[in-house]
Amino acid sequence: MRKLTVPISEADIRALRVGEAVSLNGVIVTARDAAHKYMIENFVKTGGNPPAAEAALYQELKKVLADGVIYHCGPVVQQTDGKWSFVAAGPTTSIREEPYQADVIAHFGVRAVIGKGGMGAQTLKACQDYGAVYLHAIGGAATFIAESVKEVLTVYKLDFGVPEAFWVIRVEDFPAVVTMDSHGGSLHELIKEQSAQKLTELIRG
Amino acid sequence: MTLTLFRIASEKDSLMQDLTEAFVELIRRASTQLPADMERALRKARDQEEPGSAAQKALDTILKNVEMSRARSSAICQDTGTPIFTIHYPLGVSTRALADQIRRACAIATERSFLRPNAVDSLTGKNSGNNTGVDFPTVHFEEWDEEGIKVDLILKGGGCENVSTQYELPNSELGAGRDLEGVRRVVLDAVHKAQGLGCSPGVLGIAIGGDRGTSYLKSKQLLLRPVDDANEQPELAALEQRLLEETNQLGIGPMGFGGKTTVLGVKIGTLHRLPASFFVSVAYMCWANRRASMRVIGQEITYA
Repeated sequence: MRKLTVPISEADIRALRVGEAVSLNGVIVTARDAAHKYMIENFVKTGGNPPAAEAALYQELKKVLADGVIYHCGPVVQQTDGKWSFVAAGPTTSIREEPYQADVIAHFGVRAVIGKGGMGAQTLKACQDYGAVYLHAIGGAATFIAESVKEVLTVYKLDFGVPEAFWVIRVEDFPAVVTMDSHGGSLHELIKEQSAQKLTELIRG
Repeated sequence: MTLTLFRIASEKDSLMQDLTEAFVELIRRASTQLPADMERALRKARDQEEPGSAAQKALDTILKNVEMSRARSSAICQDTGTPIFTIHYPLGVSTRALADQIRRACAIATERSFLRPNAVDSLTGKNSGNNTGVDFPTVHFEEWDEEGIKVDLILKGGGCENVSTQYELPNSELGAGRDLEGVRRVVLDAVHKAQGLGCSPGVLGIAIGGDRGTSYLKSKQLLLRPVDDANEQPELAALEQRLLEETNQLGIGPMGFGGKTTVLGVKIGTLHRLPASFFVSVAYMCWANRRASMRVIGQEITYA
């Protein structure tokens, strides 16, 4: 198992190949459907000149996302004495972010995206072009993964709802597997092709 | 308030107690305790995968998570899904009062972190914050002749709901006609299209017939069957067995990592249909096949 510490260098990312198990450490941020749409509309489409009301958050996100990690996750949280914690925090299905992910990787210099189910051709190309990887966490293993979330540092855009907010978290030994690398490798494409052949046999054979 | 009226109207009937806390407990069990038949099936699958493979490691993590969630009473999966309640009740019980109690129980279960706030207004995008909303949670009522009430709950997450699907036969692309062979073909296609997106290894509820709505509803209700039971109808039992074997031959594996285990159970049911329509609905349920039941007879409440 290879240990990765955020911020992650491009060299460390380029060294990773499909199939490798990694353990992630440092500060990462959750973002899913609403957050991606928000980032595209306010930061990417404006060419980095967000509306005044969003400028402060833009600066914060730039800091955490440069050489950083996005986690596709909508957690179950708990608030005790004003302090948030993660109770259950497995990955959500990543393919919904396919229309946005490549632009977000390029704009912020994101090094890794954690999710489940894999992503498509645009994201794979962004991984190659900018030096990023897709990390697969175990879907549904929410209590197990929440163990790796040691601290909730802050939350942005809670008005998006708990699942859709940006949760900035510190993780230790967060387990994942590289399923899309920065060299064009995708386990998801491979399995899709192999199973398509078998499907044809089972249906026509 | 409806509940007050209900209490006054029902004070002589022990069935008419306030079951809100009992519903909260039902939700807690469903969210945090994977049914024993599912855990057995996952263990069996784990032992069949190649030692050291990504598939086996994924199943190890899943099983570890199942144990931890039960021990800590925390959600197995953060996507606690759509709570789908099916209630059997005898004549004289107020379904409106039960529905109120269920909605209140969902709000309490959200406060206690057994449920993630999951009800989003489709127009404004605003999350209600407490798992109640328009037709949320889902509650189905069926009157029966038995004593007391029975409540079945499924928590169905969004990832697997998004890969659930419906076919209309004939389907010329798949060469699927209006017969069980046609059903076999479209189900294989559905599982292939789902890949790992529905958190495989999954369980399939397959409804043949009905209209679009009843067909989807039936496909979900079939998920209440134990994962290892057999269909009472021999023809359907044979198709269930064949589809279980063939979906696993696709090699998609746990999480779509590749492997021997893609589907853990296949459950098929039929509905009468119009001469013009032949729907096949496939309810894909993730490995976190969260279901729980509650029986209320008089003051006695039991869970399963």
